[in-house]
Amino acid sequence: MSAAGHALALRGLTKRYGDFTAVDDVSLEVAQGEFLTLLGPSGSGKTTILMAVAGFVAPSAGSILLDGREITPLPPEKRNFGMVFQGYALFPHMTVAENVAFPLRVRGLSRADRDTKVRAALDLVQLGTFADRLPKQLSGGQQQRVALARALVFDPNLLLLDEPLSALDKKLRAELQEELKALHRRVGRTFINVTHDQEEALSLSDRIAILNHGKLIQSGAPGTLYEAPRTRFVADFLGKSNFLEGTVQGADADGFVLAAGPDRLRVRLPAGSAVPAEGSRRLLSLRPEKISLLSDGEAADNTVDGRILAWSYLGAGFALRVATPSLGEIRAVLPAWQAAIAPAEGLPVRLGWSADAAVPVEDDAP
Amino acid sequence: MTAAGRPGIGWWLLILPALLLLLVFYIGPILQVLAISVTEPEPGLGNYERIFTSESVQRVIITTLRICLITTVLALLLGYGIAYTITLASPRAKGWWILAVLVPLWISVLVRAFAWVTLLRRQGLVNNTLINAGVITEPLPLVWNEFGIIVGMVHYMVPFAVLPMLASMREIDPRLLAAARGLGASRGQVFRQVFLPLSKPGILAACVLVFIFSLGFYITPAILGGGKTLMVAEWISLQILDLIRWGLGTMMATMLIFAIIATLVVFSRIVDLRRIFGSGA
Repeated sequence: MSAAGHALALRGLTKRYGDFTAVDDVSLEVAQGEFLTLLGPSGSGKTTILMAVAGFVAPSAGSILLDGREITPLPPEKRNFGMVFQGYALFPHMTVAENVAFPLRVRGLSRADRDTKVRAALDLVQLGTFADRLPKQLSGGQQQRVALARALVFDPNLLLLDEPLSALDKKLRAELQEELKALHRRVGRTFINVTHDQEEALSLSDRIAILNHGKLIQSGAPGTLYEAPRTRFVADFLGKSNFLEGTVQGADADGFVLAAGPDRLRVRLPAGSAVPAEGSRRLLSLRPEKISLLSDGEAADNTVDGRILAWSYLGAGFALRVATPSLGEIRAVLPAWQAAIAPAEGLPVRLGWSADAAVPVEDDAP
Repeated sequence: MTAAGRPGIGWWLLILPALLLLLVFYIGPILQVLAISVTEPEPGLGNYERIFTSESVQRVIITTLRICLITTVLALLLGYGIAYTITLASPRAKGWWILAVLVPLWISVLVRAFAWVTLLRRQGLVNNTLINAGVITEPLPLVWNEFGIIVGMVHYMVPFAVLPMLASMREIDPRLLAAARGLGASRGQVFRQVFLPLSKPGILAACVLVFIFSLGFYITPAILGGGKTLMVAEWISLQILDLIRWGLGTMMATMLIFAIIATLVVFSRIVDLRRIFGSGA
């Protein structure tokens, strides 16, 4: 299959249903060959955006551009986008080969051309031997791969994926995630994926766009979003986080000190970030795995004393809930091999983290 | 005393009343009809011979088959259109549509036949309107012929065509239609290659239902045919009640039963009848 990705741009995309705004002024660029994931909870507008890109939903305002060309008024069949639907939407009255041949047949390709392309597409998803089966005779994972082959067989401009893995069990999902990623690398096309599964988004995407209540909250590489979330919502939705609130003291270009009750928390800012105003209220996001358990005499940029409220064993590590007198409850995840203690409820512990572990976020919590 | 998995005598006792009822009131009379057809007026297959020798018997059979086929085709076409519209309608509109389909079913077939007579007769609404509008000068023969019968029968049959087709269209996942369009199919291609094949079980069910129903139609053809165009049921009643020719009447009744059984057998070869009529798993 020839590899030529196309670039997509959304400009001020808005969709209203009566008084309800499903998508609110979303602008987003998807580069050629990029794997973009629209991530958000249900009702965040991610599926509406995908349906607008596919042409099934007419936007109330804004435009959709493919390689700079306006495609907003085009009906879905004129956009030449491949789509994998939730639940796959394979035609039950057609065999696997007929399903994959469908987009070629409606484009009027000759039988010989169809056969060659169908075989290539089925080989691409390793289903060459299942051509004559009916969809209901396949497992969920195989159906998903047929849907992928059907969506890729006609050299689409874009591949749109609507929660492609949500119907599969956890183990199969992980397997197909890797396959999907490898497939993306192989065909070199632009993929747009919609999911509410943050792990799937982190592992698959080149870039993630996080949505909530129809608004684009933040977009960026998975690592950027995870390490430097812009808002409380992003930090909370992508992974877990502790939130510490306080007043800014002694701010300079390197960082600042956050006064939270009697505690003074030192925060180092990444180079080039805006210095918060002295005396303003700020919220910090602190990832549980960036907290360590300090042994006696061990030092850290920030330390806080507390008592273990509850703990659970995760195999690879321990998850602790620690009650602290001034910062409230703090969640920490420790690698099991590093844990110097056997956790027990009520055990006094000292937590520590470095000055660049916590990042300031905007408080957009309702 | 019962072997494992085999129903015992108690089980048979439970269904005995229903079995007796069927035997006495249903199977018994049918067997009697069969018996009369080979014994009256004299024992033998003389009555059945008439199928091959009597022109009037052949005419009745051919007229009936022709009317039934035309009725089935028209009812299916109209019914498919209505069922398709209902499937695509908004939930609110859907309710009104279904009501509009069901209301005729609740009106007596007699009332509906006479309503058509008033509309279609020489001085009826249709002819008067056309004459007043200057389209025609002489009233058209719209009733007391095959045309009138077909109009009345199609009107009666459309709900029976709509309901099974609607049931089968409801089972079609709307995402399949969206998927087909997303894959590049035009509206026409989506209909021909996805919707139509998936609604086939409903079409076949409607076909069986309407055709079998039409075969034994009595009141509508009797009133709208005006005694000039005879269908099987009216012919049977004429033989038995007016001409007292029990043998011929029962012969035709037996043929009717066999025609219905034959239709069911043919269709059961093509499709799973239990599935399309909604019983069984």
